[in-house]
Amino acid sequence: MAVLDIRDLSVSYATPRGALKALRDVTMKVPEGKITGIVGESGCGKSTLISAIIRLMAPNAKVGSGEVRFKGEDLLSRSEAEMRALRGTEISMVFQDPMQTHNPVLTVGRQMIDIQYRDKLSKADKRKRATEMLALVGIPDPQARLNQYPFEFSGGMRQRIAIAMALMAKPSLLIADEPTTALDATLEVQIIKRLRELQDEIGCSILFISHHLGVIAELCDEVVVMYAGEVVESGTVRDVFHNPAHPYTRALLECDPGHIKVRTRNLPTIPGNIPDLVSLPTGCIFADRCDVRYDACGARPVMATASSGHQAACHLIAEKEPA
Amino acid sequence: MTDITLPKPRSELGEIFHHLIRDPLGLAGLIIVTLIVASALFAPWIAPYDPIALNIPDRLQSPNPAHLMGSDQLGRDTFSRVIWGGRVALQVALPTIAGAIAVGLILGMIAGYGPKWLDSLIVLFFDTVRSFPTVMFALAVVALVGPSLNTVILVIMVTSIPTYGRVVRTLTQSLKEAEFITAEKSLGASTARIMGIHIVPNVLGPLAVLAAMDIPTVVGLEAGLSFLGMGVKPPTPSWGSLLNDGYNLIRNTPWLIVAGGIPLILTTLGFTFLGEALRDVVDPKLRGKGGK
Amino acid sequence: MSALLQIRDVFVRFRLRGGIFSSVGTIDAVTGVSLDIEEGKTYGIVGESGSGKTTLARAVAGLHHASEGSILYRGQELRDLPEAEFRELRREIVMMFQDPIGSLSPRLTIKSLITEPFRIQGMGDRDLDTEAKRLLTMVGLPAEFAARYPYQISGGQARRVGVARALALDPKLLIADEPTAGLDVSIQGEMLNLLARLQDEMGLAIMIITHNLNVVRHITDTVGIMYMGKLVEEGPTEEVFARPQHPYTLALLAANPEPDPDAQLMRVELSGEPPSILRRPKGCEFHTRCPFVQPRCSTDVPVWTAAGEGAHRCHFPEIWTREEAVAS
Repeated sequence: MAVLDIRDLSVSYATPRGALKALRDVTMKVPEGKITGIVGESGCGKSTLISAIIRLMAPNAKVGSGEVRFKGEDLLSRSEAEMRALRGTEISMVFQDPMQTHNPVLTVGRQMIDIQYRDKLSKADKRKRATEMLALVGIPDPQARLNQYPFEFSGGMRQRIAIAMALMAKPSLLIADEPTTALDATLEVQIIKRLRELQDEIGCSILFISHHLGVIAELCDEVVVMYAGEVVESGTVRDVFHNPAHPYTRALLECDPGHIKVRTRNLPTIPGNIPDLVSLPTGCIFADRCDVRYDACGARPVMATASSGHQAACHLIAEKEPA
Repeated sequence: MTDITLPKPRSELGEIFHHLIRDPLGLAGLIIVTLIVASALFAPWIAPYDPIALNIPDRLQSPNPAHLMGSDQLGRDTFSRVIWGGRVALQVALPTIAGAIAVGLILGMIAGYGPKWLDSLIVLFFDTVRSFPTVMFALAVVALVGPSLNTVILVIMVTSIPTYGRVVRTLTQSLKEAEFITAEKSLGASTARIMGIHIVPNVLGPLAVLAAMDIPTVVGLEAGLSFLGMGVKPPTPSWGSLLNDGYNLIRNTPWLIVAGGIPLILTTLGFTFLGEALRDVVDPKLRGKGGK
Repeated sequence: MSALLQIRDVFVRFRLRGGIFSSVGTIDAVTGVSLDIEEGKTYGIVGESGSGKTTLARAVAGLHHASEGSILYRGQELRDLPEAEFRELRREIVMMFQDPIGSLSPRLTIKSLITEPFRIQGMGDRDLDTEAKRLLTMVGLPAEFAARYPYQISGGQARRVGVARALALDPKLLIADEPTAGLDVSIQGEMLNLLARLQDEMGLAIMIITHNLNVVRHITDTVGIMYMGKLVEEGPTEEVFARPQHPYTLALLAANPEPDPDAQLMRVELSGEPPSILRRPKGCEFHTRCPFVQPRCSTDVPVWTAAGEGAHRCHFPEIWTREEAVAS
């Protein structure tokens, strides 16, 4: 069973120019005990999707339709109090900027003890758990470091602490929003590896958002590719990265500089811009930038199966699909 | 190459006005402020009577068609005095604030951009001025040189300089570290150019907001000094002296104090609304957002 | 022929200020860097946060003061050059900044921004409308952009404005600090292609500062890897990518995983965090994180050693090839 099961989710923002349709009919799953990655560039709707899952949306956002099922229950129909009880316990988050996640005037130990307020443990036991968690994410000398303030830690250390705090409540789902983007590459590798190990140990499901294809390839089991507010492709990392079915995924992979081995002074790009999300084109959302566009693209494609468990929203796949 | 003409951008002021009138608060503020300024500007045509002409037979009348807001103990038309009082209030407030902004801008930028010792010196000046209670300072000066409009203007101006100077200093300090200033330096821009073209436009917006909010304070201060008989010399009409007259006669003619009070309240509301709305509009990045 | 830019043993030192009465210390952000940039060529400086790469770039651009060493531009010493004399050179040495929108003065239109160099350098009498159009066309932006303000354009477009403005006066040396930072993968290529094209057209020398090895791979002729204020390796780009000498270079290469789940990754994981430059390790400054550390590394300071067409600062260059041989 999927821990998180999003069905036909549409979210729009009220703007002076009209409704900005940030998400349209997004359907995706985070299977139990797996790491699912979401890849997409700016404007693809990653942030809106996360805010819709944890129900912390901007005041001008409106859910048009759809369901966000967490362990089978629709979160969109939960009360605010129920959501509050869920956040930080069943669903935890790690954000991009480790500087802003921590309260600067409290020691790390104090913060890690405070977030266990729901548990009926003695303070000494809570402290012991905090120490264990810090050790688990790879912070040397955790006992002593509990007494330090966030500013005494480097960015990489702070992100480790953020992960430790997010995993403390043994959540069923960890949402990691570009957790390594602000870090140096050599530290990124360390944190990715640690996250993978922790996931094996704790067994929670992870929704990992990143624009970095290499990191997704290395860390995730499944991947969802988003473009301009729609899911254009989903499947196992192997299927999607080896046999990309959607032209956007293919182009994106080609653009990744890690992919280009032969020295060139003319790097591949995806010409054009994402469409205006206030006045959307009628057909395929990627059509105007697509190099294999044809007549059918004037109509909006639906998700078609490329291979078992691998789907893409492209007419070319739908044509090939076995009836 | 085809000849494409470069489009002209909408002027900054036009842009601000455009957004201001779309905000209900801004629109209300703008209307009240326009009314006050217009009535002050056209006082000679609007006021039905000479505000200082005595007319003993008509004294202490309650509001009636001939005297919309009644008349005072010397038979002067209160409505005319309110209108002319507004003129006096703005005559004090506008030059005061313009002067304070000009001096505050220059001192603030020098303090924010210049060497540390100069900064300390200017901040010391700001703190010294601010440590005097304005009213006490004004009373002392008036006691020395006698009450006059110019004295009031000068005193309030000097005591307002730190308000603007400190804001400019803080803004300049943070702008100085901004990447676009470094970028300008890398192009070889002189200090004068950086100040005039890149710093001033970025501090004017917050200053305009501050000034709009400050006008009621200055108007109130002038009224207060005049109320105490330390401001505008009688018989020149002032909202403060109107209040004073009304205060003395409050038992028989309550409308006098109402007449002196309402314009003060309106001025405060109008300029505060305008200032609040300006705050959201002067920063181009925040325009059209806010989601209200 | 001598190089366009010659950097010799440059140190950039910052004063540390405590309280009013506390003693004043110094930190060396750049400690003895030497490198040459040839006319019309591209040099990439790669390093992570705190490596001193941006500080070095700013020292060359005259925005930081180099406390020791020499920075020669066409044989002219730039260190301690008074700003009045440096201003002349700012036509030829230009810089692009990390934050594309933040480096544009927010109250000016794009037209004013890209024609500023003319006004600053006393060429305001030119037809600035024409110049603005020429520059916008050069970087591939439509003419309507002239009327926009920085907050009305995207990061990628702001980068192009940055390029237009830097290249307005036909400079000789462009210093580009993280030219692709914050750009989507699909646009990064556009930026690098634009720089490559303009370099070919204008014969420009480029110094690219980046944390991302992939960025320099295609566009640079030479790369230098910086760690804690020093160059630890330098060489022709292809050479460095093919046979990194220093373990840190190897780690950087390995830290850019390919978008392929089955890629055979040579996993070089660095242990711990970079040390503070206030407490520099003894011996080789990289030894605290080096996966191949040897006893000698913590005591002896490695010297700058030429190897092939490049050079490095490691006692055991290419040590990883030996480890691999042992493993197989």
